[in-house]
Amino acid sequence: MDINLTLLMQAVIFGLLIWACAKYIWPALMRAVEKRQQQIADGLAAGEEGRHSLANAEKRIAEMMAEAKGRAQEIVAQGEKLKTETIEQSKSLAKTEGDRLLAAAKAEIEQEVYRAKETLRGQVAQLAVAGAEQILKREVDASAHADLLAAIEKQL
Amino acid sequence: MAMAAATEQVGERLAEQHDASTYIQHHLTFFARPVGDTDAGFWTIHYDTVITSLILGVLVLGFIWLVVRKATAGVPSKPQAFVELTIGFVNDQVRSMFHHDYRIVAPIALTVGLWVLFMNLMDLLPADIMAWIYSHVFHLHAWRSVPTADVNTTFALSLSVLGLMIFYNIKNKGLGGWLHELYASPFGIRPFWAAPLLIAFNVLFNLIEYVSKPLSHSLRLFGNMYAGEIMFLLIALLASSGYVGMVGGAVAQVAWVIFDGFIAILQAYIFMMLTVAYIAMAHEQH
Repeated sequence: MDINLTLLMQAVIFGLLIWACAKYIWPALMRAVEKRQQQIADGLAAGEEGRHSLANAEKRIAEMMAEAKGRAQEIVAQGEKLKTETIEQSKSLAKTEGDRLLAAAKAEIEQEVYRAKETLRGQVAQLAVAGAEQILKREVDASAHADLLAAIEKQL
Repeated sequence: MAMAAATEQVGERLAEQHDASTYIQHHLTFFARPVGDTDAGFWTIHYDTVITSLILGVLVLGFIWLVVRKATAGVPSKPQAFVELTIGFVNDQVRSMFHHDYRIVAPIALTVGLWVLFMNLMDLLPADIMAWIYSHVFHLHAWRSVPTADVNTTFALSLSVLGLMIFYNIKNKGLGGWLHELYASPFGIRPFWAAPLLIAFNVLFNLIEYVSKPLSHSLRLFGNMYAGEIMFLLIALLASSGYVGMVGGAVAQVAWVIFDGFIAILQAYIFMMLTVAYIAMAHEQH
């Protein structure tokens, strides 16, 4: 157990080793480790961000889906409405056309009736004249009695 | 006749004892050389202690430096992962105890821990084979392998730590603050009428603390490693005492290698932790 100069030598070596460790070893390793920690932290942050943007995108998709559904329903409703409108329109159009045709047919029939009546009236007048001729047994001057005949004809 | 036989037996035993003690003595002799022409005394250097510890320190830190120099932030190589684990372990230990700027304390802890560990592990080298190598290869007839079994090493470490404690005390509290702490803590200086007595007790208390810390710090390590060395030598003596002793000695040697390896690691760990604890205490305000 003799204390001697070795003690000082060992203390000096100890000091040198600490100095070497603190100057060359520790900072170099800590740099690498801290850089790696930074990279890991960055990676985790990027992952978190990715998850976040995925959630955002899903939300946007849901929104867009809802909007598209709404639009589709609107379009269907519009179609229905247009269909009904078109049907109603066609119906009224057909009705008008039918009415018009009916009216035209009626008018024609009336005209025919009138024409037939006229013809009938002429024939009846002739018949009446012929009848009167036979009754009077004489030749009636058609030209002299034209006024009379016309008057009779009108009365018919 | 019987008398002569008994005398002979005693003489044999004495010779054996002499052999045993010279054997142990031989293994416990330093390669000590005086500096200059002074006649020993303080001006002596244990070259075995100095050279072995220097080689170990350079090898350990050099290995770490070689690995760390190429350290990448990416996927670490196997040596780098190993070094990172070691340094990470030390760093965690320091951080758990030391809540101040640990950038200088952590390298101190790393240096102390690894250096002491490898100096302790020198104890596991088989003493007699090493002695043969030292004397036949290097022509050194007295050369001790374990630097930490030399009080000079352990005191050098513990006194350096004491110096660091005083340095950090003064750095953190100022010279006045530290001196105030020396006479005012732990008992305080109030009430006023008891101040002289309290101051005397405080100073005594702190003085004992400042002496006992480096003393226990260094002697704990020294005692363990020295005892470990002696145990190996005693087991080796047992192994040289006949066939039964040889088998028993071999078994005991294996057992002691395992146990001493455990002690070497544990003592290095304790030494490192105490170093950090003492420096941490120097940072705490009272």
